Amino acid sequence: MDVMPKWADAILIPILSILISFFLSGLVILYLGMNPFEALKLMVTGALGSTYGWGYTLYYTTNFIFTGLCAAIAFHARLFNIGGEGQATFGGLGVALVCLAVPWPHWTLALPAAMLGGALFGAAWAIIPAWLQAKRGSHIVITTIMFNYIVAALMVFLLVEVLKPEGSMDPATRRFGDGVALPKFSDIFGLFAIEFSDAAPANISFFIAILACYLFWLLVWRTKLGYELRAYGHSESAAAYAGISPTKMIIVAMMISGGLAGMMGINSVMATDRLVLNSVEGAGFIGLAVALMGRSHPVGIFLAALLFGFLYQGGGELALWASIPRELIILIQGLVILFTGALDNLVRMPLEKLFLLLRKPRSEEV
Amino acid sequence: MNAEPAIELKGISKAFGPVQANKDISIRVMPGTIHGIIGENGAGKSTLMSILYGFYKADRGEVFISGTKTEIPDSQAAIAAGIGMVFQHFKLVENFTVLENVVLGAEEGARLRPSLSKARKLLTELAREYELSVDPDETIEELSVGHQQRVEILKALYRKADILILDEPTGVLTPSEADHLFRILKGLRDEGKTIILITHKLREIMDVTDTVSVMRRGEMTATVKTSETNPQALAELMVGRKVLLQVDKVAAQPKDKVLDIQGLRVVDDDGVERVKGIDLNVRQGEILGIAGVAGNGQSEVLEVLGGYRSATGRVTLNGQDIDLTGRASDGQTRRANGICHVPEDRHREGLILDYFAWENMVFGYHRAPEYQRSKYLMDNRAIRRDTEEKMARFDVRPPIPNLAAKNFSGGNQQKIVLAREIERDPELLLVGQPTRGVDIGAIEFIHQQIVELRDRGKAVLLVSVELEEILSLADRITVMFDGQITGERLAADTNENELGMLMAGITDTSGAA
Repeated sequence: MDVMPKWADAILIPILSILISFFLSGLVILYLGMNPFEALKLMVTGALGSTYGWGYTLYYTTNFIFTGLCAAIAFHARLFNIGGEGQATFGGLGVALVCLAVPWPHWTLALPAAMLGGALFGAAWAIIPAWLQAKRGSHIVITTIMFNYIVAALMVFLLVEVLKPEGSMDPATRRFGDGVALPKFSDIFGLFAIEFSDAAPANISFFIAILACYLFWLLVWRTKLGYELRAYGHSESAAAYAGISPTKMIIVAMMISGGLAGMMGINSVMATDRLVLNSVEGAGFIGLAVALMGRSHPVGIFLAALLFGFLYQGGGELALWASIPRELIILIQGLVILFTGALDNLVRMPLEKLFLLLRKPRSEEV
Repeated sequence: MNAEPAIELKGISKAFGPVQANKDISIRVMPGTIHGIIGENGAGKSTLMSILYGFYKADRGEVFISGTKTEIPDSQAAIAAGIGMVFQHFKLVENFTVLENVVLGAEEGARLRPSLSKARKLLTELAREYELSVDPDETIEELSVGHQQRVEILKALYRKADILILDEPTGVLTPSEADHLFRILKGLRDEGKTIILITHKLREIMDVTDTVSVMRRGEMTATVKTSETNPQALAELMVGRKVLLQVDKVAAQPKDKVLDIQGLRVVDDDGVERVKGIDLNVRQGEILGIAGVAGNGQSEVLEVLGGYRSATGRVTLNGQDIDLTGRASDGQTRRANGICHVPEDRHREGLILDYFAWENMVFGYHRAPEYQRSKYLMDNRAIRRDTEEKMARFDVRPPIPNLAAKNFSGGNQQKIVLAREIERDPELLLVGQPTRGVDIGAIEFIHQQIVELRDRGKAVLLVSVELEEILSLADRITVMFDGQITGERLAADTNENELGMLMAGITDTSGAA
């Protein structure tokens, strides 16, 4: 019998974990000589206080949804894909190449093509570690980390030597042009006569990320493939008994995973209007935390991505307006990851005891 | 015996949420006896012992050790009171030596060496006295399961336990290992130790205990002297109704060959030849039993036929060759060909423990057209409906499709697997250890279902390490030893002695038959 009701496991524990990490962050801010409530207020107004703030928060959220789903699909097959960062980077290259290849007349044509390009490139970058794991037993954690480094070096080469326009000093591609400009929130909300900041990068990709969440749910819980992936993740030996091929599961899971990471490019690369170095900015790693915190479920991933989007944007604001070093934001994010991901039991164990205590008097009545 | 009881429990009650695991249980265990506690899975035996060992705190009731009222808040207190426990799943450090495991947690002082040499001396003495010989310098992972269990007993004795509790100790042992264990227990008893043996196997109770207490649904239903009872009476007390201990079946009427195996060889991943060229066949309407001590190649035969281990040789099903290389076949194609498989280990293979019952009910058949709503989506509603029907037909309790497999008792888990496989109406049913860890009431039912399938004219290949089960269920018995077949007998014409000799590789059984 489960000790705790489902809602406590899915909602109460993450919230308590976040509160603890916020509390500890507050102590650090206090130590640095600033009022933690002031800091929190700065973060909230910076991230959620204006359509400009929301625009940035949701822009980051979009990235984190894609990388969170990337980590989660691999988790379901009990694969630890640390290569989300590299797959998103390579996917971004795919998006950029699609955008540069054709003088796109309109974004409605460019977007599907860019999605495909990003997904294919992301999947391609995941397939080699997957194959090595399935056929040679090379651990996927190690190989995906190596592939992160390989793609980073590759991007430097490509952006400096191949894709950089003549005469430019900047390691970046040329601009994609208006033909691929995705509708921003200001355009979309403008249709409904709602004013939204034009300067914020949030765009239609956010809705594609939400669609991806739904498709992810369908795939994992409603299709034969999802059934087999989860079965393989729970028990390799049982999967063999049922005639589920481990090779196929590893390769398919990693390709979907890499494809999802690669799709992030439609948000990060297309919104930047060109491919720059380090376009992923660590979102691939944050995706792991998002998936852990979201319990590998799309609803949880969406909420966790929102939280990290808030931290990213609010943290940036904090660094800008307060005498707080930029590094502190990384500390706060680190604490959130630590408590929601790694130190899960710290909150869970006392909570389970509490629930047992609460349950006892009720059973006496029965 | 007029001494104080070694253990006396008075009015112990314990509830987990709405489940009353123990209801007002009182029991007296006399010193120098082996006291059996028997009951089906979920009857509350393990809870009671966990209270005695300080894992749980009783809601009500008192514990007396040798006449003194004793509080046991944790296992340290239990050990101090002279209670030692041997768990079903051993608590040993795999890469430590026997000696280190014995001393672990009971070291005297900061330096390890004095404790180790003291333990070594004790181990040598115990080995001599009670056949408890284990090489003290061997690491645990090198030991067989039977030897690992001895280390657990040694651990308890090293901590000066006078009362030894063993929880389902024979579940993982071969028959000869179990016999050895019982000799050890009897030796300990004769030295004045008190032993509590928790089990659901009637034969063990009859063989080794002096007194037996029966538990059913959290209550102690009876305590009797073993010499004054019999298996039938105990089974009735356990289940609460009359139980058939013998399989009720008519003589088999075998027809055409369904499965024909010729020269089957299996080499495992380490390059060891596990099956060394065997021939056997199974006919329609018969149960062929493969007897043998675990690890003599039977499991590999099942895995090859189940489609997840490659082999060489020739196997035909209804005259059609089936692929043994694994290149053109897997578990799915086997199922499509009409070979269904109840695997030996339901936790490792037969079930996904974290999956709901309804998800498990289609495991391996999840690609079957009747479970699909469209080309891509599964029809989960149809699967749930199907599961409800199968749960009702196989009396799975509780009949809740939305319950995870891990929350069912062993017997009900096995019924889920059996319902899934038998209801496909296979040409050939492979069955491995169908009643391992399954309670008596369920055993009877499971045996009936297998016999019914046979009577419908289907072929059944049964692998079991329980000789009793093979003898009563199979029509024809093949014995495997060291990857080879050492003999074949009709079940009606043989006995445990003869099969036991074949299982040990002795093919000249003229003395036993």
